[in-house]
Amino acid sequence: MSAFGIYVHWPFCLSKCPYCDFNSHVAEAVDQDRWRAALVAELDHFAHETKGRTVGSVFFGGGTPSLMAPATVAAVVDRIARLWTLDDSAEITLEANPGSVDSARFAGLRAAGINRVSLGVQALNDGDLRFLGRRHDLGEALAAIDLARRTFPRMSFDLIYARPGQTAAAWEAELRRAIALAADHLSLYQLTIEEGTAFFAAHARGDFALPDEDAAAELYAATQAVTDAAGLPGYEISNHARPGAECRHNLLYWRGGDYVGVGPGAHGRLTVDGAVWALRQHRAPARWLEAVGRLGHGTHERTRLDPDERAEELLMMGLRLAEGVAADRFRRRAGRPLDEVLDRRGLARLEEGGFVVWDGRRLAVTGRGRPLLDAVLAELLA
Amino acid sequence: MTDLSHIRNFAIIAHIDHGKSTLADRLIQRCGGIEDREMREQILDSMDIERERGITIKAQTVRLSYVAKDGRTYQLNLMDTPGHVDFAYEVSRSLAACEGSLLVVDASQGVEAQTLANVYQALENNHEIVPVLNKIDLPAAEPDRVRQQIEDVIGLDASDAVMISAKTGIGIDEVLEALVARLPPPAGDTEAPLKALLVDSWYDPYLGVIILVRVKDGVLRKGQKIRMMATGATYQVDAVGYFTPKMVQVDALRPGEMGFLTASIKAVADCSVGDTITEDRRPAATPLPGFKPSVPVVFCGLFPIDAADYEDLRDSLAKLRLNDASFHYEPETSAALGFGFRCGFLGLLHLEIIQERLEREFNLDLITTAPSVVYRVHLTSGEVLELHNPADMPDPVRIARIEEPWIKATIMVPDEYLGPVLGLCTERRGIQLDLTYAGNRAMVVYRLPLNEIVFDFYDRLKSISRGYASFDYEMDGYVESDLVKVSILVNAEPVDALAFITHRANAESRGRAICARLKDLIPRQMFQIAIQAAIGGRVVARETISALRKDVTAKCYGGDITRKRKLLEKQKEGKKRMRQFGKVEIPQSAFLAALKMGDG
Repeated sequence: MSAFGIYVHWPFCLSKCPYCDFNSHVAEAVDQDRWRAALVAELDHFAHETKGRTVGSVFFGGGTPSLMAPATVAAVVDRIARLWTLDDSAEITLEANPGSVDSARFAGLRAAGINRVSLGVQALNDGDLRFLGRRHDLGEALAAIDLARRTFPRMSFDLIYARPGQTAAAWEAELRRAIALAADHLSLYQLTIEEGTAFFAAHARGDFALPDEDAAAELYAATQAVTDAAGLPGYEISNHARPGAECRHNLLYWRGGDYVGVGPGAHGRLTVDGAVWALRQHRAPARWLEAVGRLGHGTHERTRLDPDERAEELLMMGLRLAEGVAADRFRRRAGRPLDEVLDRRGLARLEEGGFVVWDGRRLAVTGRGRPLLDAVLAELLA
Repeated sequence: MTDLSHIRNFAIIAHIDHGKSTLADRLIQRCGGIEDREMREQILDSMDIERERGITIKAQTVRLSYVAKDGRTYQLNLMDTPGHVDFAYEVSRSLAACEGSLLVVDASQGVEAQTLANVYQALENNHEIVPVLNKIDLPAAEPDRVRQQIEDVIGLDASDAVMISAKTGIGIDEVLEALVARLPPPAGDTEAPLKALLVDSWYDPYLGVIILVRVKDGVLRKGQKIRMMATGATYQVDAVGYFTPKMVQVDALRPGEMGFLTASIKAVADCSVGDTITEDRRPAATPLPGFKPSVPVVFCGLFPIDAADYEDLRDSLAKLRLNDASFHYEPETSAALGFGFRCGFLGLLHLEIIQERLEREFNLDLITTAPSVVYRVHLTSGEVLELHNPADMPDPVRIARIEEPWIKATIMVPDEYLGPVLGLCTERRGIQLDLTYAGNRAMVVYRLPLNEIVFDFYDRLKSISRGYASFDYEMDGYVESDLVKVSILVNAEPVDALAFITHRANAESRGRAICARLKDLIPRQMFQIAIQAAIGGRVVARETISALRKDVTAKCYGGDITRKRKLLEKQKEGKKRMRQFGKVEIPQSAFLAALKMGDG
């Protein structure tokens, strides 16, 4: 069996950010003991089906998992090590916010086994941080970056760009500063307005305007140019790293590997006896807790993916990576040859237009095609 | 001759909304044709569309029993007629079954375009016309002015017009008395061989075809073997009767009477309207003067939005045709829209009604292509083509000349909007025939190419007159014209559904308008898209949609896969509705929207 990872979802935040459509909830107090017990119970449940596998990565996401008590994190990591083989070189990432409340836990989290943090910095100026509804200011962000670099072997941080009124020049300057602060990894997301968020309503009301498509395309191009020059090329649509410093856990998603997801709303993909299952846990925290208490797991949906769906997922995720999709790996995972799945006419048009390259062994989206990936996928999967 | 002095056959003619159906409702109520608890508005309009739009589409008859002031009981047969020009044919045959008409005019609005058209038809049928001023209870009513207008514009003596309010019931008895006193009774002979006019027919799922008749001579009996004089087909009469508006069966219908018959007839197409029904054993020597058949004047393509609905559409069209012999259809294939039907209609309202019934009663989502008139294309070979579809336009080198249908249009409009209305008519190649004033309203008569009317004339007329202009037309022959076919090309490939025929002078501006519209409707794609309008090989307008520059999901991790995959699958599903034009795929919805915006 190939790479295998575990995702742990902590659904709580101190406040909800206006752009965020993740499964996050603002809670005053969380019963850490009860949550620890439930997360551990779900791990036990999934261990039965995935016995003997080696865990190459663990990812604590949220919500704000840096609000977890270090003891809770430790209990989860320890349980994983007991239930599976936890590789010595395993990457154990935790998402953290730069606020002081979170930073205070860094040492404890490191002791609990976390060896990589991903900080939600989002912007390097106070005005935009306020616009984005963040609780921290620039000073706190810089302090958290500094502390994280000193505490954890690896760190990354996120920035959100293509903000209202942001010029290419301003973004390039901000990005250069970020590269100087970052060690070897950055996640750079264009701001998108998702339904059900505070921004969705505000944007619809006309409270602010995002850069138009042409401006967004220019900002994306500028991002690639600056990171390439700095030696942190985009290895994925929105992720940049020095070669070798890529996030191993996220690579698992993009390469179509297996993973278990525990916690409310967590998703999983498991290959069992050749069949691929898509799993989803109950989304509402109370519901999930109740289900785990009763059944030992909070699985809400468990669907067997048919070969078409499997192929779609492998392409959709794999083409996000600069490395693209290797034909032999695709065949192993999808159970059918890549060129059978692709729409011939669409592929020919895309090759001719310079959007993709395909040499019979590997299909990859070019720099020209990357900002158009969604349209590329629609062409390929006719 | 038989004594028919107790019978009066009459129609009600009126402009839309002047109160025709309400007056019919009151007359039926007054004569006890229906209990109060069964009464509802527009009782004679059975189709939902008729009620909602306040129009009558199919003819209906009602027999009323009225005890007049002279003490005698009269049989009053009301023939309810459609008012709209598209159904002028049905109006004319309904009028042919009566001896007189009530002309209803709204006392606050006065004479309108349809009033005129209907009056002229009634006069052609030698009708005695009783003017009725309705809505006299309204504060805005000006009965004296309108009475004067009827005399000035129509030339009818309106001095003894009946003043009513159909809504409140004022004057209903006076209407009934006027019918008895002023309309002539029918003539006819009971002993003569049977001669009955086939006025209309419709299909009833329980009873089969129901035929509406007016007996001229002889007696129509249950059990009788009848013969259709035009087709020679014979049938055994299952039942005869009349409407109150409920169906009442009787043993026989006699001269002067109106009613229905059923005879196990399978299809409406077997009953040609205007035919004479006679007795098989003792046929009449000569038929009644029939009607000239109705001919479709407007054509368009109807396509299912979902190709899977094609069979359903075909079945539904067949069902509608059962009841509406004036509606024509035949299969058509379009590169842009797939499989569908080319359909012919009596006019734009007829088109709209059929389309609405298909969508509503048969639950079909349809695309309607731009309406086209019937062109006469004279080829150099001497052959003449009737062109229903711009896509079938022959190569220009084979064409000697093209003729297009013209209409004679009557427009009534308040003074202050006359200027813009004249401007519109001129812009649409109109030729003024007449301009007269009656009070503060003007009546203009124009000759116009029908082609210019189907484009968007109604909408424009309504908007420039704030809804006050009324409009009616009749077909007025064919005229040679400098017509060209404008093709719309997407990436150099023609979109057949968007091609149109127009006068050369308008070709460029209309081509440009459609290109601009498509530019807004077609989403940006990975490749640049050229949209062109061309006459033959000459491009007259061009728009460019630049290539898409950014379309990528910023974040996609383990928890997003399922949702994003489903979005992708939806997109794939949507692609089935895309049409390929060179390197680009255009959503069918863009063509649909382009066609919608071009509607008349």
